[in-house]
Amino acid sequence: MSATVTDQDVAIYALRLGDDALVLSHRLAEWAASAPEIEEDIALTNIGLDLLGQARNLLTLAGAREGEGRDEDALAFGRNEREFSNVQLVEQPRGDFAATIARQLLFSVYQLPLYAELTGSADEDLAAIAAKAVKEVRYHRDHAAGWLLRLGDGTEESSRRMQDALDRIWPFHHELFETDELLDRLVAAGVAADPQVLHRSWLDGVVPLVEQATLRVPEDGMRRPTGGRAGRHGEALGHMLAEMQWLHRSEPGARW
Amino acid sequence: MSQPGEWPLWEVFIRAKRGLSHQHVGSLHAADAETAVRNARDVYTRRQEGVSIWVVPAADITASSPDEKDAFFDPAADKAYRHPTFYEIPEGVQHI
Repeated sequence: MSATVTDQDVAIYALRLGDDALVLSHRLAEWAASAPEIEEDIALTNIGLDLLGQARNLLTLAGAREGEGRDEDALAFGRNEREFSNVQLVEQPRGDFAATIARQLLFSVYQLPLYAELTGSADEDLAAIAAKAVKEVRYHRDHAAGWLLRLGDGTEESSRRMQDALDRIWPFHHELFETDELLDRLVAAGVAADPQVLHRSWLDGVVPLVEQATLRVPEDGMRRPTGGRAGRHGEALGHMLAEMQWLHRSEPGARW
Repeated sequence: MSQPGEWPLWEVFIRAKRGLSHQHVGSLHAADAETAVRNARDVYTRRQEGVSIWVVPAADITASSPDEKDAFFDPAADKAYRHPTFYEIPEGVQHI
């Protein structure tokens, strides 16, 4: 059975994925000049720039399909907090290095099968964006996994802090695999990746890495933050957007 | 040399493309060889500078001493006959 999907549907989907990448790229950019070592500083901002590139492609696609004349900048800098559809995982404050690594692990292990699936999307533009991104994300995953292993199986303090970070960020992963009526239709039409398939790949990817790092896989509790896709966010996103958007808003169309 | 608590220093060699040899491009700090390669990828190949990376612990490199410069290198200065251009090629020799 093939479902009917409209350009609007694809626009909303691309915007969700693009907002995830955009917000996380900004959180990683906050490490510039603040990472534990200069080499790590460059690694984190490189990953942030990869995500920014993905966000630009996805937002441009969303704007084109939406058909209201909004380009990537209008979408990135011209929307309010309630109009952002990213998951709450990516908007959480960057925290310490362990918190950043924990989030990078959960997110990159999600993004890898996401983009791998999307390379076969019925939507050619989405497939092309995913084909470029999948190589980038493989490196992001390896980077996070390497640090998880070193910190988790490192000193007493590094292990404790890595476990704390993992425990804190863990409840936010559920939102990545939520589905709704729109997503069901996009999956049926072969446009979007199936959240259930992604969830299985994610567990297969995350659990062995956490165990290898001699850490405990956190238990799924009752607390499962949600609502990001519908524009409901925590306090942190507003502050982040204020910093990210003020230049564009005070000097519209500013150029280097 | 690295201080206690500091990551050791690694020298980085990059091969720009197939067929060329690895060239020294600089150095960086990393906790172990594997992270050194990853750091080198992030620090030295951001603009497509290479297709292969070597890292070598800086402490494992044995270098000539600047004090021995005269004894090491100056004697070669006046031995022009070691260069192929010193020799005249007889007429009639082909394929050179």
